[in-house]
Amino acid sequence: MKTVNLTINGKAVTVPASYTVLEAARQLNINIPTLCYCAHLGSGVSNKPASCRICVVEIEKRRNLAPACATPVAEGMVVHTNSLRALRARRTVLELMLSDHPQDCLTCPKNQHCELQKLAVEFGIRDIEYKGEINNFPVDESSNAIMRDLSKCVMCRRCETVCTKVQTVGTLTGYGRGFKAKVGTASMIPLADTSCTFCGQCVNVCPVGAITGISYVKKVWAAINDPSKTVIVQTAPAVRVAVGQEFGFAPGAPVTGKLVAGLRALGFDKVFDTNFSADLTIMEEGTEIIERIKSGKDLPILTSCCPGWINFIEHNFPDLLNIPSSCKSPQQMFGAIAKSYYAEKIGVKPEDLIVVSVMPCQAKKYEAARPEFAPNGVRDVDYVVTTRELCRMFNEAGINLANMDDEEYDSPLGASAGAADIFGVTGGVLEAACRSVYALLNGKELEGDAINFRAVRGLDGIKEAKVEIAPGKTINVAVCSGLGNARKVLEMVRADKNRFQAIEIMACPGGCINGGGQPFLHGDAELLEKRMKGLYSEDERKVIRCSHNNPDIQALYKEFLGEPGGEKAHHLLHTKYHSK
Amino acid sequence: MCCCKKLSEGAAEKFAELDAFIDTLNVDLNDERRRGRLIQVLHKAQEIFGYLPREIQQYVAQKLNLTEAQVSGVVSFYNYFTTEPKGKYCVDVCMGTACYVKGSEKVLSELERVLGVKADTHPTEDGLFSISALRCVGACGLAPVMMVNGKVYGKVTPAKAVEIVNEYKKQG
Repeated sequence: MKTVNLTINGKAVTVPASYTVLEAARQLNINIPTLCYCAHLGSGVSNKPASCRICVVEIEKRRNLAPACATPVAEGMVVHTNSLRALRARRTVLELMLSDHPQDCLTCPKNQHCELQKLAVEFGIRDIEYKGEINNFPVDESSNAIMRDLSKCVMCRRCETVCTKVQTVGTLTGYGRGFKAKVGTASMIPLADTSCTFCGQCVNVCPVGAITGISYVKKVWAAINDPSKTVIVQTAPAVRVAVGQEFGFAPGAPVTGKLVAGLRALGFDKVFDTNFSADLTIMEEGTEIIERIKSGKDLPILTSCCPGWINFIEHNFPDLLNIPSSCKSPQQMFGAIAKSYYAEKIGVKPEDLIVVSVMPCQAKKYEAARPEFAPNGVRDVDYVVTTRELCRMFNEAGINLANMDDEEYDSPLGASAGAADIFGVTGGVLEAACRSVYALLNGKELEGDAINFRAVRGLDGIKEAKVEIAPGKTINVAVCSGLGNARKVLEMVRADKNRFQAIEIMACPGGCINGGGQPFLHGDAELLEKRMKGLYSEDERKVIRCSHNNPDIQALYKEFLGEPGGEKAHHLLHTKYHSK
Repeated sequence: MCCCKKLSEGAAEKFAELDAFIDTLNVDLNDERRRGRLIQVLHKAQEIFGYLPREIQQYVAQKLNLTEAQVSGVVSFYNYFTTEPKGKYCVDVCMGTACYVKGSEKVLSELERVLGVKADTHPTEDGLFSISALRCVGACGLAPVMMVNGKVYGKVTPAKAVEIVNEYKKQG
């Protein structure tokens, strides 16, 4: 590898020739402030349009200040990151940006999580010298999931890059020019009318409050405090390894028991687990996998847990809508079972039972509002709040998870196998399915380490593997996360339908642990890996590792559903997809 | 350079003309560099259709294997491209430095007053005229300059501009 030698703030450093000044400085632990720059996790794609000019530094023998994020290193370069000229320029740039930014930090959804605000703190801004016109664009609240307040847009283009280059969804674009420029949709149509999948990766990377989730927190508070309603909550697998971050727990550490205790303290009547319905998903999807492999029809089967990914295939691959599993996602299966089986069991009318989901995801909000998931006009899942929004509810109620004792989920929709925990990470759904497919197909359990399908684990964007589903019988599988990778895999399927027999797809790079509703990762790949490890540790902690061995799932089939894939199960737990 | 045709009139022939133009470019739909052809295609499309409504942008996006957002971003960036239909006669007044100094602003206000429409909005009610304010058209020696459907008129005064427009009005 070719290297170059340079000096930054008087310190010599040798770095690969491909490095930027910013990367070289970071190697020396020299912090250069940035705003538009963003390394998109797990994709190798960086956003560095050098448009914000916050990272400018002085380089000797160079006339202009240089943006550190986009300036390649060169042999003998002498860089000063904190010369008076650089400091003054950065301050001017920041003040100009602030001069066209709403000064409503106290009421902004990004308050205390805003990178522009953080810069203003770090720079010690006390007065904005420049007074002038301020853009006032309309707020787009057209979708059920994502809100865009473009008056707050700083034109960093992070959202556009993640949408177009990482996810290949291509909903966002720089729109207009000059002072009126913003990141918009085609012809500035409402987001709900675009091919947006609501994956929420744009929400995760927006440095300011220009893109946030639509919040149902107020409605949840109202429901909890309505004596005529029974309010139950379900928690997605990935929430338990992320929520602790906001309360000082070690990054990625599972805090399941404390999460349950916190939710109970918020006033939910019952605290249940989406893990339960993840196990249920495996029963249905596992049965479907076995049927399709036996019949050879509609292969490869694609997982259908992720609503962002389902939106993506509905928009982009209408010719392949016969191959995703017809299973509803675990969130929707939970809602359907809660409003039928559980409502009946406790003698409450479905309309008086409020189902709240805590999800790592923005697309789940869209999914819950799909008309097909509201039989007789009663939604299966009433409200979705993200992990971040739940943290705010805890804070509002003065609940600090660090001070809670562990509690257990309620019965009967709370128990789960280890297989369910790993639904929150790329590879987990397929592994969970393989465990049960093997047992159901062969009438015997996997033994010892064979239960761990390590070939499908890890945070790589696309993984291909052969897995054994019966002694001596293997199938070819693929696992991918990130919609750009999903596009590549679907192109492979279009080219050769026989290449794979089963494929797991998740919209967010790394899976739900990096979902659009999770506490911000700020590009921290190590933190993402810790969340992954947290989920596998939850799996290993459990005595029951396979979904089909969950006794409450067995009881549900015995008491209510009948057979997996049977008529009642089909009616309640399966769905159809629509070309968009 | 607008040619002031309505989208609906002879749409099939117009799309065929655009297709024929795009075919001559031999665009490789999987080549990253195909975006470089976009402006050229949009120019042609606007020449053919007179303006670039969403429908045309979607069509171009599909023809070049780009997203609608990518096309829309480019259309919104350049003042030259318009998403609104234009009048039969497009009156462009240059507001570049030389023309401005020589009084083109007075020419523009007089035209706006006489025709009863503001620059860069919608056409006159009879559909005959629309006015645009342009940046330098590169004819500074003739400042102030106005153009009607691409024909250049130099050294115009407010009175002369009205005369020119009236000539076109007579032709209908």
